[in-house]
Amino acid sequence: MTHILVTAKLVPDLVEELEIAESGTALDMTWLRLIINEFDDHAIEQAIILKERSGCEVTVIAPDQEGMDDVLFTAAAKGADRIIKLVGDFEEGVNNHALARTLAASTKEIGPDLILTGVQGNDDFDGSVGPYLAEYLGMTYVGYVAGVTLEGDKAIVHKEYPGGLIAELEVTLPAVLGIQAAEQPPRYVAVSKVRQMMKEASIDEVDVLDLDPSGGLEISSMYLPEAAERAEMLDGDEEEIAARLVEIFKEIGVV
Amino acid sequence: MPERVNYWGIPHEWGPPELYVYTIMFLAGFIMLFRFYKQASLWWKVGRPEPRWDKLHIRFWKFIQYAIVQTKVLNERYPGVMHVTIAWAYFIFFLGTALATIHDHFFEFLFGNALFAYKFVLDIFTVVFLVGAGMAIYRRYAQKPKRLTLDPGFTRSLVMVTVIVIGGLLTESFRLAVDQPAWAWSSPAGWIVAQLWIAIGASDTSLINWHLGIWTFHLLTVAGTIITLPVGTLLHGLTGPLNMFFAKLDRPTGELAPIPLTAAGDQVFASKLSDLTWKQLLDGDACTECGRCQDACPAYAAGTPLNPKELILSIRDALRADAAAVIGGNGDTPDSPTLVGDKIKEEVLWSCTTCGACVDVCPVLIEHVDTIVDMRRYLVMEGAIDAELQGALANLGRYGNSFGKSDRMRARWAKGVDPKIKDAGREPVDYLWFVGDYASYSPTLTEITQQTADVFQKADLDFGILYKGENHAGNDVRRVGEEGLFEMLVEKNLKALSRSDFKTIVTTDPHSYNALKHEYASNGNGEWHVLHYSQLLDQLIASGQIKFSKKLGYKVTYHDPCYLGRYNGIYDAPRRVIEATGCEIVEMPRNRDKGLCCGAGGGRIWMEEGEVTERPSESRIHEAVALNGVDIFVVACPKDITMYADAVKTTGQEENIVVKDLIELVHEAM
Amino acid sequence: MNNDIYVVIEHLRGQVADISYIMLAAARDLAQVTGGEVVGVLLGQDVKALADNLAADKVLYGEDAALAEFTSDAYQLALAGLISENEPRAVFFGSTTIGTDVAGVLSARLDLPLVSSCLKIADGVIVSQICGGKIMAESGLADTTTFITVIPGGYKPEEGQGGPPEVTPVSVTVADLKVALKKYIEPEVADVDITKEDVLIAIGRGIQTEDNIELAEELGELLGGAVCASRPIVDQGWLPTARMVGKSGQIVKPKLYLALGISGAPEHAEGMVEAENIIAINIDPGAPIFDVAKYGAEVDLFDLIDPLIEALEEAR
Repeated sequence: MTHILVTAKLVPDLVEELEIAESGTALDMTWLRLIINEFDDHAIEQAIILKERSGCEVTVIAPDQEGMDDVLFTAAAKGADRIIKLVGDFEEGVNNHALARTLAASTKEIGPDLILTGVQGNDDFDGSVGPYLAEYLGMTYVGYVAGVTLEGDKAIVHKEYPGGLIAELEVTLPAVLGIQAAEQPPRYVAVSKVRQMMKEASIDEVDVLDLDPSGGLEISSMYLPEAAERAEMLDGDEEEIAARLVEIFKEIGVV
Repeated sequence: MPERVNYWGIPHEWGPPELYVYTIMFLAGFIMLFRFYKQASLWWKVGRPEPRWDKLHIRFWKFIQYAIVQTKVLNERYPGVMHVTIAWAYFIFFLGTALATIHDHFFEFLFGNALFAYKFVLDIFTVVFLVGAGMAIYRRYAQKPKRLTLDPGFTRSLVMVTVIVIGGLLTESFRLAVDQPAWAWSSPAGWIVAQLWIAIGASDTSLINWHLGIWTFHLLTVAGTIITLPVGTLLHGLTGPLNMFFAKLDRPTGELAPIPLTAAGDQVFASKLSDLTWKQLLDGDACTECGRCQDACPAYAAGTPLNPKELILSIRDALRADAAAVIGGNGDTPDSPTLVGDKIKEEVLWSCTTCGACVDVCPVLIEHVDTIVDMRRYLVMEGAIDAELQGALANLGRYGNSFGKSDRMRARWAKGVDPKIKDAGREPVDYLWFVGDYASYSPTLTEITQQTADVFQKADLDFGILYKGENHAGNDVRRVGEEGLFEMLVEKNLKALSRSDFKTIVTTDPHSYNALKHEYASNGNGEWHVLHYSQLLDQLIASGQIKFSKKLGYKVTYHDPCYLGRYNGIYDAPRRVIEATGCEIVEMPRNRDKGLCCGAGGGRIWMEEGEVTERPSESRIHEAVALNGVDIFVVACPKDITMYADAVKTTGQEENIVVKDLIELVHEAM
Repeated sequence: MNNDIYVVIEHLRGQVADISYIMLAAARDLAQVTGGEVVGVLLGQDVKALADNLAADKVLYGEDAALAEFTSDAYQLALAGLISENEPRAVFFGSTTIGTDVAGVLSARLDLPLVSSCLKIADGVIVSQICGGKIMAESGLADTTTFITVIPGGYKPEEGQGGPPEVTPVSVTVADLKVALKKYIEPEVADVDITKEDVLIAIGRGIQTEDNIELAEELGELLGGAVCASRPIVDQGWLPTARMVGKSGQIVKPKLYLALGISGAPEHAEGMVEAENIIAINIDPGAPIFDVAKYGAEVDLFDLIDPLIEALEEAR
C-alpha cells in the first residue's frame, strides 16, 4: 500500500492586521493569529482523495505551533491514519530550510512513497518547504501540482505552467509534490467530528533538538508597504466615487 | 309517551338484529384495530424511542383544543368550516349511537323531551354534515386549490362518509313516512324527505322494504368504512389526534433539541428511517395532506425544491415501503434503505429557512422544522454542504463571525461613537447590548448600528457591549445542523457573558434573541432576562426615557421577523414603537403570525441560492408596494435590511418604497 | 566566487517570458553594486534566437534534447553544474511555477541560500514582498552565491529588453531523469481571450456568491470589456480557467483593470501589474491591491456597483 506523507505548517492569518516586532526584523507574534497554510490544506485533501481512490495510508506531520493540534485532529477526522507533531522550539517561527531538515530527519524513519506539501506559504521568505525536503531526502520534486494519480511506482501529476497551460508529467516515486490545489476544495469537517477525534485519536510526538536554519538569509529590516507607493484613494460617498470613476474612465478613454 | 324504537322494521326471523349488528360491528372494529395496530406498531418498531408521556393534563387539553374543537383547523375559514362541520357531525353521530346503545342495554332515557332533543340534534347535524360535504365537493371538484392532493383515495373517503349519512337520513325518512308520528317535527330533515315518499304515494310495504334495504346498506357501509379506515385517508382521524396528544411540550418552538444519543451514548444523525423517532414517523402518518404548510412555505413559493407537505409524506411513504426491510435487517445493515439523499433530496432540506410557518399552520401539529434540522445535521457530518456555506461555517469557527473578519474589527462601527461605549466585560452595566454579526460587520448597517447606540445614549441607558468578546450567537448555525459549532459558539459567548456584570441582555438581531433566550438557558446557564431592542424601545418610550420631538407622519408597513414574531410572539412592541414615532401602520395581508419570511433564516443567507422563481423578499416587497400610500417598509432585524434593500433593487421599486430599520424612525423622531 | 549576476531565462513554447526581462532589470541593479556582469542563462533546444532581445552583458547557452521542454529535474541538473563551476555572486530565478521548482532544489543541493519573492533591488539590498503583499522584508546578499526568486511589479519588462548580447555556448550534462513530460493539456478554448481585452473587470473572493458575478458582467458590458477573476473564483468553478489572472493563469495588460473585491496577493498581482490603469475597489484598507493600483476606493463593492452602473449609463 502506498504510504503518503503530508507536511503542514501554520502561517499568519492575513485577515488580521500584521504588525512588526520591536526588533524591526520579524512579525510581532503577540497579535499574530496562525491558520493552516491553505496549500497544505489542499495537500491534505489531495492525500485523502488518493486514499479514497487507491487505498493509501496517510500520515500528516507538522511542527508544534499554537493551534496545530486542531489542524492535526481535523486531518484525522478527514481520514488521516496517523498524525505526528514535531515538538521543539517552533514558537518564534523557523525558516523553511530548518523546517525541511527536521521533517526530513523524521521522515526517513516513516519511509513514505510520496510526500505532499503545500507549494508555498504566505510567509515564505526562503523558498518553500517542498524542494528542500525532496533534496534532503534524495527525492524528486515537482511543484504547482493540481491533480495526482498513482500508477504503481509512478505518479501522474498535472503541473500548472504559466498562461493556463498544464503539463502532464510522469514522476518516478519516491517524490515530493508541491500541491497548488487538490482535485476538490478541502472538505468541511463538522466541529463535533473534530472533537470526537480529540477523544479517539492521539498525536504522536517527535522531539526535535536543534533547528538548522542555514540556507535562509537573515532579514535586515521588515516593514509594512509604504503609503507613498499606494493608490490615489477616492473619497466621498458611493455616488461621488462612482462619478469620479466615470471621469477616470473617460480620461483613460474607455468610455 | 314516545320512546325510541330499536330496530324498527327489521325482521326478527333471522334471529335478534342486535346479534348480527353487534357481530358485524365488533368484527369490523376488530379488523380496524388490528390493521391500525399493524400500522402504528411500525412507529416504535422502526423509530427510536422518545419520551412523550409527560404532562398528561396538557396533552389532554391539546387533544380537546386541536382534535375536538379543532381551533387550528378553523384558522382558515372555508376549509375550516368545511372540515369541522363534517367532523363535528360525526362526533355527534358517534355520540348518538353510543347513547342509543346505552338506552338499549343499560339505562333507558330516550323518551319524551329527551328523545325529541336527541332526535333534533342528530337531525340538525345531518344537515350540518351535508353542508360540509357540499363544501368539500365544491372545493375538491370546482375550486381545486393547488395545495390539495387530488387523489382518488380522498374521493373514496368523501363518498363513504356521505353515503353513510345519506343512508341514515333515508332510513329515518322511510320510518317517518310509514309511522307519521305526531312528533315527526323533532326530526325535521328526515320529515322533509319523508314528505317525498308520502307525496309519491309509496305503500307502507314498499317503504318498509326500502327501509330494510337501505338500513342493511347503511350498516354495511359503516362496517366497510371502519374496516378500511387504517388503510385509507380517514386514518388521519386516528393519527391526527394522537399527533396532537403527543406534540412536544418539553421546550418552546424556538428551542431545538440537542443531537439525540443512543443507549450506548453515540450521537444519532438522521439519515435512515430508523434514525427518526416514533413521533417523527407518526408525523408522516398524521399528515392530512391539507397543504396548508405548502401554502405557508416561503421556500415553496419561491420555487425551491422544498415542499413541506411532500417532505412529511416522503417519510410516510418511506415507512410504508421500507419498514419491513428495516425491521428485518434490524435497521442498521449497510444496505438498509436510506431516506436522506434518496427519498428526501439534499437540496430539499437545504431550501428550508426554518421560518416555522409550516409548523404554525399545521392543523395536526406536525414538527417539520425539527425533522429538517435533524436531517441537516447528518448532511453536515457527512460534509455534504455547499461551498458558500462551508466558507461561512469555517469563518464562524475561526473568527466567530460569518464575514471572515477579525474579531478585533467587530466593534469598528463604534469607533466614532462619543462617549465611548462601555466594555461590558470590564465594567458593570444595566444592559448588555448583544449587537450581532450583521449589525457589527456589515458596512451597509454601520450607520443604523451607530444610530441605535445614539438612541440608547440619548435615553441615558446604562449599557455596554462585549467588543471582541462577542461571537455569533449561533441560532442559525444550529439550524444549519452544525451542532458542534453551535456548542463552540455558545461556550465562547458564555465565557464572555459570565465575565460580565449586567441585568438584561438586549439584542439587535431576532435570531440572536431567540438563541440567547431559549437555547443558552438550556446550556446550563439559567434564565437571563433577554429583550429585543424593539421591546426595550417600547419600554423606554412608555417610561418617558425616550421623548420624541416630532411626529413623523409617515405611512409605513411593518414586516414581522420570523424569530421575533412567530417564534416568540413579539408582535405589538415594535408596532407600538412605530406608532409612537407618529407613523401610521398599514398592515400587509400577511402579517403577524402569517408574516412571510424574508428568505434568509436557517442559514439560507450563507448558502448558494439555487434556482428560484421569485425570492420571498421580492414577493414581500410586491406585497408592500401594493398597499395604498405606503412608502416605507419598516423592519426590526439587521438581516432584513440587507435582504429587502436588495429586493427593492431587484424588483425595481426604488422609486416606490424604502426599507428602514425601526431605529431609524425612532432616531429621526427624537 | 566572481561578481557576475546570473539570470535563468525563462521561456515557454518559443517565447521569452516577461519575468525574464524583469529579472534582467533587477540583475542590472544588483550588478552595478557588485561590479560584475549580467549573464543570461538560456537553456533549451534550438532557442538560441531567444537571446536576441535580452538586456544582458552576455548569455550562456546550454542546449540538450532533454531541455527542449521544461522539466524541473533536467533544468536542475543542467544548472547545478553551471553554477558550481562558475560561482556567480547571485542567480535570479522567476518566482514562477517553473523557476521556484528549480531554485528551491538547487538551494538545498548546492547548500546555497535562497531568498524569495524579490520585488526589487535597492542599493544592493533585496526587497521582498511576503504575507500576501502585506509585509516588505529586506536582506543583503550572503557570503556565498545567493539565489533570488523574483516577482513582477518592481520593474517593467521593457527595462530588461535590449541586446543582442554575446552568446556563449556551454556544455550541460543532463541524465537519469525522474520526471518525464507526457503531454501538454491546453487551456480550454475560451469564449473570451482576456489577454486581448482593453477593459477587464476582475473579481475576487469579495464577490461572495456566484450570482453576484452578474453584476460584474453588467459593468463589463457597459465598459465594453470582459470579466476575469482571481484563483478562488475559478477554483469554485464560477468562471472557467481561461478567465484566471495570475501566476498559473493569464498575464494581462489591459488599458483598464477594475479590481472588485480582490485583495491583490502576489500570485494574482503577477498576472496584472502590467495593466496600464489599475483601479481597486476593496473594503479592506490594508489590501495589498492598493499598492499596485493607480486609484483605489475603500468601499463595499456592492454599495458602489449600482451607483457606478447608473453613472455609466448616464455617461453614455
